[in-house]
Amino acid sequence: MSRDRTTVALAVVCACLLAAAPVAPQWLVFLLTLALAKGLVVLGLVLLMRTGLVSFGQGLYFGLGAYAAALLGARAGILDGLVMIVAGIATAAAVAAALGLLLARYRDIFFAMLSLAFSMILYGLLVKSSALGSTDGFNLHAKSFAGFALADGVGRRVFYAAAVIAVFAAGLAVHRYLASHYGRLATAIRDNELRVEYLGASVFRIVYANYVAAGALGGLGGALAALAVGHVDPETAYWTTSGEFVFIAVLGGTGNVLAPFLAAGVFEAVRTLASQYAPNVWQMTLGIVMLLLILFLPAGLWSLVAKKRAGT
Amino acid sequence: MTDLAAVLFDGVVYSSWLFMMAAGLTLIYGVMKILNIAHGSLYALGAYAAASLVGAWLAGGHPPIASYALLAAAALAVGLVMGPLLERGLLRLMYGKDEVVLLLVTYAVFLILEDVIKLVWGVESLVVSEPYALPGNFSIGTLAYPVYNLILIGAAVAIGLAVAWGLYRTRAGKLLLAVIHDREISAAMGINVDRMYLLTFTIGATLAAVGGALTAPTIAVSPGIGVEVIVLSFAVVVIGGLGSLGGAALGALMVGVVRSVMVRYWPEAELFTIYLVMALVLIARPKGLFAAPEARKI
Repeated sequence: MSRDRTTVALAVVCACLLAAAPVAPQWLVFLLTLALAKGLVVLGLVLLMRTGLVSFGQGLYFGLGAYAAALLGARAGILDGLVMIVAGIATAAAVAAALGLLLARYRDIFFAMLSLAFSMILYGLLVKSSALGSTDGFNLHAKSFAGFALADGVGRRVFYAAAVIAVFAAGLAVHRYLASHYGRLATAIRDNELRVEYLGASVFRIVYANYVAAGALGGLGGALAALAVGHVDPETAYWTTSGEFVFIAVLGGTGNVLAPFLAAGVFEAVRTLASQYAPNVWQMTLGIVMLLLILFLPAGLWSLVAKKRAGT
Repeated sequence: MTDLAAVLFDGVVYSSWLFMMAAGLTLIYGVMKILNIAHGSLYALGAYAAASLVGAWLAGGHPPIASYALLAAAALAVGLVMGPLLERGLLRLMYGKDEVVLLLVTYAVFLILEDVIKLVWGVESLVVSEPYALPGNFSIGTLAYPVYNLILIGAAVAIGLAVAWGLYRTRAGKLLLAVIHDREISAAMGINVDRMYLLTFTIGATLAAVGGALTAPTIAVSPGIGVEVIVLSFAVVVIGGLGSLGGAALGALMVGVVRSVMVRYWPEAELFTIYLVMALVLIARPKGLFAAPEARKI
């Protein structure tokens, strides 16, 4: 697969999604916004997985982004959607920059567990803080976006368009990064980091950079999701939310920057259908699909796309 | 003084409960290198099985004293059925994959079992408190405590001693220690590693179910009880060092006592402190307090 193909595919998909913004039905806009927001978080997770690290705590950044956006409105009275998103990214990136110094030294299961612990600390704080609505969370409502006032009913479409643009920008940036010198070293670290060190590259620096980028993407996804839903609650930082992100990442595979979004779309669609027709076996379906994927399609849904391309 | 004693006692009761969960988790990790998220579901299954079995027994008007035996029987049944089923039926297919992939496999099992529980037992909660109320109360200072709490502590100590004895004093245990140390060399020496895995996972599953069964009389057994348990027991085993039984005991005590102190003096910080302790321990000792040193493979 050449680099250009992915870039073109990304541009075409995003252009189509953007063109659909004014005309798509309200429910579809909502579903796609959530899928794209989660896809962004998972894109960050994929960055980490490239270096062989699985974070069971991306909910930390998802929750931070969501709460930062919401608090800006509730406490500082700033009700601009774009500013909220920037606040979400900045908060998550700042926390990731601090925690990353520590976490970038951990590997395997210890990395997974320590990141889980940090996300549970945030969850514990949010659940017990009555000022932030405890387990119920609170609502947020953006009145404008980048200075333009939002009329009733238009807000969600604007957030959707913002999500599409964010996906394009993030997807392109991550794609470029993965194809660069440092991006390629990530896979080498997964295979054997000691040899990478012997070759003279700094493993710590690459893992750290990927971790901070993943945190920023998590904050971006969280802020977008909070804007789309209009509500934040501590569940965003709970470990089952993080588990969901890991699931989507496994579903898509780490082969391409488009994979997380494909997987997130499939995930949200299946979830919507399942909650309508089979609410009691929804988790079971997820679990079975996950086992089947691990057994028969370890490189994720994306490997189907890639294989088909290679065949033609 | 009474206050402090009460807080400590609460802490120890909670620790006993944590230890029953953590012992199985750490044993499975030590031998099989699987961090078993489904442990929480096995706990929930144990609780459900115990609650419905004891409930049916008492509804039939039988003597309530036998309900203790039923609690144990329910746990054994869950462990002996689910352990081999999961190990032979699923995990066996996954050996050789990354630890993190195995984590995902058990996460999938956890998701499946959560719904299985809902399908079998429905979403209503089960309350069977007779075994809890039956032995009466005793007092520390001016505070009354259920005697059942002493049973919990006793059970945890007994389980800890039994596992330690089995591991360090019996032939099977010594073989197991060899497998923990080096799986391939053990297989080359003629140890049936497959059987050791089956044995370990079944014992671990049974311990989780015992934890659930003994907790069942003290709570309303409802969907989702496994979700919180699993991250708590993760915290315990990670603090103690994955794979270390003594570490699990110490981790359980630390988490239990810290929690009960917090609940008493600063309830807002309860949940957050437990994970803060876990994070601090990992920062100071990246592999937990009692993790065995490992050779680095190049």
